[in-house]
Amino acid sequence: MEQHSPPPLTRRKFLDHFLTGTGLAALAGVVYPLFRYLTPPPQEEAVVSSVNLGPAKDFPPGSGKIFRLGSKPGILVRGVDGKFRAYYATCTHLDCIVQYDGRADNIWCACHNGRYDLNGRNVSGPPPRPLTALNVNVLPDSEEILITLAEGGKG
Amino acid sequence: MIARLFNWINSRYKIEKLLYFSREKSVPLHRGTMWYYFGGITLFLFGVQVITGLVLLFYYRVGSDASFESVKFIITQVKFGWLLRSMHSWSANLMVLAAIIHMMSVFFHRSYRKPREMTWVTGVTMLFLLMVFGFSGYLLPWNELAFFATKVGTDSARAIPLIGDFLLKLMRGGSDVTGATLSRFFGLHVSVLPPIFTGLLALHLFFVQVQGMSEPLESAGHGRKRTMPFLPDFLLRDLMVWLVTFDILLLLSVFFPWELGVKADPFSPAPAGIKPEWYFLFVFQSLKMLPAHIWGIEGEVLGVMVMGVGAGVLFILPWLDRASSQGLRNRLFDVIGVFGLLYFATFTILGYLID
Repeated sequence: MEQHSPPPLTRRKFLDHFLTGTGLAALAGVVYPLFRYLTPPPQEEAVVSSVNLGPAKDFPPGSGKIFRLGSKPGILVRGVDGKFRAYYATCTHLDCIVQYDGRADNIWCACHNGRYDLNGRNVSGPPPRPLTALNVNVLPDSEEILITLAEGGKG
Repeated sequence: MIARLFNWINSRYKIEKLLYFSREKSVPLHRGTMWYYFGGITLFLFGVQVITGLVLLFYYRVGSDASFESVKFIITQVKFGWLLRSMHSWSANLMVLAAIIHMMSVFFHRSYRKPREMTWVTGVTMLFLLMVFGFSGYLLPWNELAFFATKVGTDSARAIPLIGDFLLKLMRGGSDVTGATLSRFFGLHVSVLPPIFTGLLALHLFFVQVQGMSEPLESAGHGRKRTMPFLPDFLLRDLMVWLVTFDILLLLSVFFPWELGVKADPFSPAPAGIKPEWYFLFVFQSLKMLPAHIWGIEGEVLGVMVMGVGAGVLFILPWLDRASSQGLRNRLFDVIGVFGLLYFATFTILGYLID
């Protein structure tokens, strides 16, 4: 009847495992809901894919305007060259909101002195990436500015 | 009367032991004795923070459409509201300053050496908690500067590998800085941090009582010690220093009241010249001066990682500087300390000078 068997599970050992297991499970039961609670639920946001900024003549060359596209800020820039361009106004460095700098005729972020040219390319300072572009349409009949999402772009 | 009260309590709770203990408590006298006061100053300012913070809560309201207005109400309508709010902001700043000086003196005296490692660790933890206190409190008036400083500060978390995005959402309560962020920061500032900080403070002070005051490396264990009784000699000096601290605090609060600024507007460009609180300025300035990419890594990511390593080193310092536990002075750590201090000072000054 001699055979190798694992050491018998004593009552003490069984209770040790059982209590440790239930203890951990109880802890997980407390921690998990708390953890999930702290993670904010996704907000239902109305999908905004275009915004009308009014007559083009309100924006003289060498001006910029921050507008609201859904929950995100955008910037309409009309450089000294008179051309309209629009981007999401969020700086690619650390999330500040950029502005048009009339003296330098480019786009500037005041937080860390980052600069983008009128085409949204990061040209100096810390920003690592260009601004995300938006489409600017001048409506043919009313001469109003309509901003729309660029091809493949998302909010 | 007092004797009878004492006897009444003592017959029940044996507080005479405490009395014996406090009679024996003494403070070592040496060239660096004056630096001992900075721990006490920090403690005093913490008391000021608790009291001014509690009374501000009576009028403060939280929310992106209420916070700015309620702080405005406090400083314009409520009697002495401007003073209490100003004192809260000023003493917060003075407290960080006092804590940093306290830490530097402990550093250069090597007082973190065995057996006081845990006093150091609890102290460094409290310094970091103070910064979280400062960062979260800064947003509460919901003004433009605070709004963008919070945007930048929380966005830096994105640079942390793997958990960055999660941390960002956790701190902001969403993907942007909104009223949800304000609620979180408020909860953190007034109900999560205070008990944690108080617990650590109690532990920190307990360690100091159990082990007594540390002596500088050079004088420890040599010859006859010169000491001063804590009660009443040192305590009275402590109180004098607190009084001076309180005067400075009042002078600053009255003659340089804290500004409220302009209400935050998430749809307006960042104002020129935004700066965080001075104790974050060296980080801010470093991030500003780093190029966009270094060795193919985003400059900001690298910067945040270097800062993280620096903070980690600070924590485990007692275990890195093994020589000091054997009563030897490792000059390398003096060099590191001086370099760190110079870096901090230079980048803070640069932060003010460069736009």
